[in-house]
Amino acid sequence: MAKKAMSDSPRIGVYVCKCGSNIGATVDCAAVAEYASTLPDVVHAVYQSYTCSEPGQEQIKKDIKEFNLNRIVVASCSPRLHEPTFRNCLKEGGLNPYLLEMANIREQCSWVHALEPEAATKKAKDLVRAAVARTSRLEEKTELEVPVNQSTLVIGGGVAGIQAALDLADAGHKVIIVEKNPSIGGIMAQLDKTYPTMDCSI
Amino acid sequence: MADAGRHPNITLLTMSEIKEITGFVGNFRVRVLKRARYVIEKECTACGECAKVCPVVVPDEFNMGLSTRRAIYSPFPQAVPAAYVVDINHCLGHNPIICGRCLEVCQRRCIDFSMNDEELTFEVGTIIVATGAQPIDPTHLDEYGYGRFENVLTSMELERLINAGGPTKGEVIRLSDHKRPQSVAFIQCVGSRSTHRGHPYCSNICCMNTIKSAIMLKEHYPEMEVKVFYIDIRAFGKGFEDLFRRSKALGVRYIRGLPGSIHENAETKDLILTVENTATNALEKHVAELVVLSIGLEPPEDIKVLQEMLALQRNADGFYLEAHPKLQPVDSASRGIFFAGCAEGPKDIKDSVTQASAAAARAMRLMAPGVIKVEALTAIVDESKCTACGLCARVCPYRAIVVDPKTKMPAKVTQAACAGCGNCAAECPQDAIEMSHFTDEQIESQIDAILAEDPMEKVLVFACNWCSYAGADYAGVSRLIYPATNRLIRTMCSARVSEKFVWRAFARGAPVVLVSGCHIGDCHYINANHWTKRRVERMWKKMERLGLRRERLGLEWVSAAEGMRFQQIMTEMERIRSTVTPEEVRRTMEILAQEKVTGGNQK
Repeated sequence: MAKKAMSDSPRIGVYVCKCGSNIGATVDCAAVAEYASTLPDVVHAVYQSYTCSEPGQEQIKKDIKEFNLNRIVVASCSPRLHEPTFRNCLKEGGLNPYLLEMANIREQCSWVHALEPEAATKKAKDLVRAAVARTSRLEEKTELEVPVNQSTLVIGGGVAGIQAALDLADAGHKVIIVEKNPSIGGIMAQLDKTYPTMDCSI
Repeated sequence: MADAGRHPNITLLTMSEIKEITGFVGNFRVRVLKRARYVIEKECTACGECAKVCPVVVPDEFNMGLSTRRAIYSPFPQAVPAAYVVDINHCLGHNPIICGRCLEVCQRRCIDFSMNDEELTFEVGTIIVATGAQPIDPTHLDEYGYGRFENVLTSMELERLINAGGPTKGEVIRLSDHKRPQSVAFIQCVGSRSTHRGHPYCSNICCMNTIKSAIMLKEHYPEMEVKVFYIDIRAFGKGFEDLFRRSKALGVRYIRGLPGSIHENAETKDLILTVENTATNALEKHVAELVVLSIGLEPPEDIKVLQEMLALQRNADGFYLEAHPKLQPVDSASRGIFFAGCAEGPKDIKDSVTQASAAAARAMRLMAPGVIKVEALTAIVDESKCTACGLCARVCPYRAIVVDPKTKMPAKVTQAACAGCGNCAAECPQDAIEMSHFTDEQIESQIDAILAEDPMEKVLVFACNWCSYAGADYAGVSRLIYPATNRLIRTMCSARVSEKFVWRAFARGAPVVLVSGCHIGDCHYINANHWTKRRVERMWKKMERLGLRRERLGLEWVSAAEGMRFQQIMTEMERIRSTVTPEEVRRTMEILAQEKVTGGNQK
């Protein structure tokens, strides 16, 4: 799996998401997709209602096979939100997850330029053009696997720290609570009764 | 509490503070300073004989100074660990000529003045930040007279007075005459919900805490007159409205309006509250024998220490910022670090416990597979280009690069230690370092693509992943409108931005370029953004030398919570862009073509 991209020349699929009306009401997604299809290395470009939805992702996976795509651009929300989603989609579609690039046309475009639909559409095209240029140069990457230490540091021994520590400790994890005062308990220990059921705090 | 103290899987380090945390998700290395207790924790039976003979008397902080303790003491009866502790700042010492009385009476010989502060180091996979909040000190809100009038207390002080284990064994008295007050007035929102006095946010707990205290007063003393002065009663949680109604049924009176001032009757020490009752539109005077200020919560004073150590972010209210307000409410933006309780914002016990269990579950989820994948974003050295000058090793915040300029051994990157900021790649004068997934070629292709059409209309912005790009996203989710001329290029850290990227942008006709990153001190790569600053300053000098207007290159710090700041900066950059003429850009392109500053990381 995930071997073909390196040897072949880039064959990019571009997916422009309308996100319902979140993007679609401001950005002319059809025009952006059409523009994307004219860019170098792009062999397939479409717009969708919700790219992150099951049908949206299935479409990408299907197209990877049908059009022999080896790189994907998703123009939608912030990569901080859905990059893991689409990386996973690529993996399931048989591509290395690092052959994905996202163009942020929602948080950084439609939502902040809602009063300027034309300028927003122009910006979306620019962002897609930059994403496509970058994508042509993306390479497969293998993520490093590192072992995870099974213990947890809890900083603060108030009611929250105590509860978190007990949950983890009961599940078999070693926990270290670091508390600056001579006793744990925090503000909670100073309270008499607690609302809404008026039972005592300790 | 006791369960946490005796759980075989829990190590409890009290009187301790974090000195340093290094490493990354799954492999954090922690250094802790454990201050000396001067009492052997495991030996002390908390018999209390030592405190009986201790001659030093100091205010008891657990009782908000309403009672005293000795210099050797137990913080409170149910303390965990139960062992006594020596307050070394007040203790007279163990010299038998001066004192040392506790040593004489301690039968188990568990008081040890030779104890030293200890430094402990250990490794953990995950971290839960549960550093809490502190009650607001209302002294500066002088219209309420706290500190001037003896019978004005805070809600925390009332809490100790009404507590059966407190200094008065649960008897509510006023401090001026030690008599039980016949009338008590609560004032809500003290230090909260005000843009000019205290904090703008709602502290979440004070309404219900007052309702609870009012019910307790009415249950203890049915004849007592209890009034609550408020803006809104926020009884939004499960069972809260019931409790509110119960208090009204018990005779607690609610008056909508906050007193503008409080005066003291010098003779009786009673308090006179002047208030505009907004329900009746009448200016009223109320007399209360005791006033309780319902104080809010604020971030602890030392919150910044840990924030900087872990590169966490805070919102405008000063509390820690979660990775996503709805979908990742207990995660920090840094993988493997979670929030529980008031560290993330004021909350009551139920919410603190809920969030703590959520944080524990998130930590377990991360640790369960035993291994985690880390993004392939590390630095790779091209040994054929490397001249072993050593600059990369000098700027690496993680000391992940080894190079020996004497033997001309090319630089070597320890992959596991490299966090992928790209500072080395931006510094290398030979272009011998390539950042995986953020290569020069990839970034330059974005610059070129953005400026390929109508470059005069563009504000080119380099934004770091953690803060400024996230700040731009925050502006988006907040629907903050700004000019549609900016084009962002995301890098992991602002320190990835090579000078040559900026020159390239100007050479291709960019009217303005902005480099943006985390605030100094908040960098996710320890201190890499200091180098960003140096590079931009170096470029400003060069721009001046070349006769280019330096304001065309911006440097701004934007945190993930500063959506409005991002909006303002974009508006300002657009203003600067509009002042740049085509002639100026043409001239810049000519100058840069002659200077040949576009290749390599020119200094």
